[in-house]
Amino acid sequence: MHAPVHPPARLAVNGAVLLADRSGVAVVESCGTLIVADLHLEKGSAFAARGVPLPPYDTRATIRRLAETVARLAPSRVVALGDSFHDLGADGRMHEADADALAALVGAVPEWIWIEGNHDPEPPARFGGRTLPELALGPLLLRHEPAAGAAPGEVAGHLHPCAKVSAGGRTVRRRCFLSDGARLILPAFGAYAGGLNACDAAYENCFPARPDAWMVGRDRVYRVPGRRLLAD
Amino acid sequence: MPGGAAAASATARPQRSEDRPSGARKDRQNSPVATALEALSVSLMRDDAGSPLPEPFAGWFAARGWAPRPHQLAMVEAAKAGEDALLIAPTGGGKTLGGFLPSLIDLARIAREGGRDRPHRLHTLYISPLKALSQDVARNLMTPVAEMGLDLRIETRTGDTPASKRARQRQRPPDILLTTPEQVALFVAQANGEAFFEHLQAVIIDEIHALAPSKRGDLLALGLTAIRHHAPHARRVGLSATVRDVGGHARWLAAQGEGEPRLARVVEGAGGAEPEISILASRERIPWAGHSGLHALGEVYEAIKAARLTLVFVNTRSQAETTFQNLWAMNDDNLPIALHHGSLAPEQRRKVEAAMAEGRLKAVVCTSTLDLGIDWGDVDLVVQMGAPKGSARLIQRLGRANHRLDEPSRAILAPTNRFEHLECLSAKEAVAEKALDGEPLKAGSLDVLAQHVMGRACGDPFRPDDLYREVISAAPYAFLPRETFDRVVKFVADGGYALGSYDRFRRLVIDREGLYRPRSRDIAQCHRLNVGAIVESPMLDVRLVSGRAPRPDRTRKPLPRHGGLRLGQVEEWFAEQLSPGDTFVFAGQILRFEGISETSALVSRAGGEDPKVPSWNGGKFPLTTFLADRVRKLVSDPGHWSALPDQVREWLEIQRLRSKIPAPDRLLVETFPRGARHHLVCYPFEGRLAHQTLGMLLTRRLERLRMRPLGFVANEYALSVWGMKDMAGLDFDDLFAPDMLGDDLDAWLAESALMKRTFRNCAVISGLIERRFPGQEKSGRQVTFSADLIYDVLREHEPDHILMQAAWEDAATGLLDIRRLSDALVRIEGRIDAVALDRVSPLAVPVMLEIGREPVHGEAHEALLEMVSEDELVEEAVRLD
Repeated sequence: MHAPVHPPARLAVNGAVLLADRSGVAVVESCGTLIVADLHLEKGSAFAARGVPLPPYDTRATIRRLAETVARLAPSRVVALGDSFHDLGADGRMHEADADALAALVGAVPEWIWIEGNHDPEPPARFGGRTLPELALGPLLLRHEPAAGAAPGEVAGHLHPCAKVSAGGRTVRRRCFLSDGARLILPAFGAYAGGLNACDAAYENCFPARPDAWMVGRDRVYRVPGRRLLAD
Repeated sequence: MPGGAAAASATARPQRSEDRPSGARKDRQNSPVATALEALSVSLMRDDAGSPLPEPFAGWFAARGWAPRPHQLAMVEAAKAGEDALLIAPTGGGKTLGGFLPSLIDLARIAREGGRDRPHRLHTLYISPLKALSQDVARNLMTPVAEMGLDLRIETRTGDTPASKRARQRQRPPDILLTTPEQVALFVAQANGEAFFEHLQAVIIDEIHALAPSKRGDLLALGLTAIRHHAPHARRVGLSATVRDVGGHARWLAAQGEGEPRLARVVEGAGGAEPEISILASRERIPWAGHSGLHALGEVYEAIKAARLTLVFVNTRSQAETTFQNLWAMNDDNLPIALHHGSLAPEQRRKVEAAMAEGRLKAVVCTSTLDLGIDWGDVDLVVQMGAPKGSARLIQRLGRANHRLDEPSRAILAPTNRFEHLECLSAKEAVAEKALDGEPLKAGSLDVLAQHVMGRACGDPFRPDDLYREVISAAPYAFLPRETFDRVVKFVADGGYALGSYDRFRRLVIDREGLYRPRSRDIAQCHRLNVGAIVESPMLDVRLVSGRAPRPDRTRKPLPRHGGLRLGQVEEWFAEQLSPGDTFVFAGQILRFEGISETSALVSRAGGEDPKVPSWNGGKFPLTTFLADRVRKLVSDPGHWSALPDQVREWLEIQRLRSKIPAPDRLLVETFPRGARHHLVCYPFEGRLAHQTLGMLLTRRLERLRMRPLGFVANEYALSVWGMKDMAGLDFDDLFAPDMLGDDLDAWLAESALMKRTFRNCAVISGLIERRFPGQEKSGRQVTFSADLIYDVLREHEPDHILMQAAWEDAATGLLDIRRLSDALVRIEGRIDAVALDRVSPLAVPVMLEIGREPVHGEAHEALLEMVSEDELVEEAVRLD
């Protein structure tokens, strides 16, 4: 079976045009910036430390997928929108091979920026890149946690949006981008990052009305109007 | 409105008192033991040469004019010889007493010799699959024990037993404890097992056929090995009315050792009266497909009217709901008819059970919740709506009618469609020949073994060499390779990943004496909260938050998000399919779905005429291989068709004229056009699960052959695949070649939701993810989601991890039924009868009618996203062609 090539999904946020990529990252094409949210590296080992030995491959799965995406889209700048590391001990638990792969990935991109997250207020320095609390990019403001109330141009992560739709008696739940044209929330990228339904009350602080969702499918991103989204 | 909830229909509707003449009725209703004993009064097997039983037993039997049955005496013999014994006796044959008699005799001696103040020690452990059965048997044991004046302490212990009582039971055990397999696993995981078990003389396992083939059976088999560690001489006793694989169960029961398999002594009771089974040859037109049985219900209703108390068995909970609704709609006589199934709230079920026992009901529509040996009332007729799916199941259900050996059980089989007529006839003939089905017992599951390994470490730290010897004494694990065992132990200890980075986070540590023990008390505590081999689908409470449906023209007030009457539970995935405003039938009423709030599905009463019926997966039994075989033979033998009603026979005759009759050990494949599409219908007779797997694999192949398949649908007997091209010219030997179970299967499993569900169950049972943390209930939603993520990651990075192996083995025999499919593909290899038709054949109609009823399989998820995607809609709207 051949995978048909679909045109990338574009969305406008506060006047800027972003591409919602099928991998779950967003790209500001005008300045070659790739934005990725909530990597949650070493979440598996955080569970293991609490006596739940989840498979320890989430970090390499996440890094591998991100490396593939970076290779495909060739950005000149990567912004990791916070919660890149699951907790403060993540660095110490990371397998050497994974740490090397991450450092190599960071080094392969001309500019890498770690935005501070609530899980990782101080991302480890040894992988390279620089750390910022937030980053202004033309009409866009990139930060980890969405601010309450109106914030035109904000691009954030933190909430791990996913959307549920139903048709013909069947239901699908997928990670998604959420945007109402004024601001954007990115899906979580990490292999073990769960999802929070787009109809959850937590989003009401960010969007006056239910935003549209760009659901991440297998080969492409599907735009779904807000009125079609279902609660869990 | 059909009478409100089941409980409402079960409330007092006094029957005429002359319908309940016998003063002894009450005893008989409630007590299998007493019933069995009463049955003996007519068997007149008086032993004039003196009773083989000691006093007070001989006197107690004699005073009632009864004599012990030969199989009961044989059980006493086996116990004297210190042998394990498997007792197979029909319902009503005094089976339970046969199991307990040796223990009671021994305990009577102990009580006599020990005097009033003797210390009570655990002598006999009774294990049944149902809590209710344990409680029922405990009550019934009390009667003879009290009448003989035996000073015995008999207690039950289930998940509902208060912690204080459980602690007391450990300190001061009863003589006889009646419990469930999960409680045995808890005993294993607690310290001081030796003190508790060292005086144990007997373990009785009731309804052994219902446990042995399941994961609960694996857990129990392992639990028995741990008990044996503390009480090496305790006898094991198995009880069942329906065992096909007698040798397999006799082996399952006995502790295995080196060399030849060891078997428990098999004791068989004499059969009872032949059951009277009739198949409802309806006067109405028999439908081609579907399972409502509506055409036959009028006649079923008449039969209910004529009988004292009827159990109407159905195969799924949704069938129970529809059948109950439809019966109620025709209930002009206002008969007290109730509903009983596993999703109803326990309080509601208890009410129905009590009403049955008190003789206040005329009929109960029920699922397998009433299959097992509890007697709730004086049932004299069993109606089986739809095909029984297996002859052993049918016999089990027959046993619910008339718990007396000397009278025949009466049953009516009501096929709901034409194919089921074939199945009912096959099952009826199998029962007459006493031919039971039942798949052979399979090797024990690895996830259950992992749980047991953790349990043993928590209860009694072990050395792997010792534990391995102990584990392979359980029959399901007798052939477990040491290497696999070591991988399981490693998985429990540190996850067992090839990456090996979790040494710091071990769950089991090895102490200086080389014993494996849990790293912390928290780990042991967490294990004890997660014990058990049943993983329920995540369930939501159904709560009635508003008695009335809102008027459509008015703006609705927001409904309360909490509280409301709890009607029962539905699987979460079912609630997720509903949109607010959808109506469905539950607990005998039509409800309107309002939304989900935390762990509840909120509903209001609806007056809608056309409810969307819930279709639970739960309780959908696959047709047994054995019965499928008989149906296939019946179809292929026109000489046998005379036993079928005219309508069904004519249907087969036309099939013979227009196409072909499927031959046994061959596969009939028909192709024909219909509308704009081309269909391929084949008839493997291997059950829905195996057919669905076959459908998935065939469509992948057809895709590669550029036949552009669009979808498929399966029923118990046949599979229909359709597409844009005529498939008549294909090389079918090639298309159905068994090698499709290789790469194609692998590729499909990567994305299969069924495989993910199987993996999730293994992950929970093996203790990788918790059912619940202490003090913190996890909602099923999160568990499902994270287990899928874990599956994806593990499959990509360590596909041969022990847990993937466990899930694969489960899927092969479980939801995907790969083993059965594989057997079938090998059997029909090179034996395909292809018929190219110009239109649909009679035999194809039932499966063709499933199209539209059953979800169509294929690449549904992506297609669905496309359907709801706005871009797609806009594109369509503005297209200028």
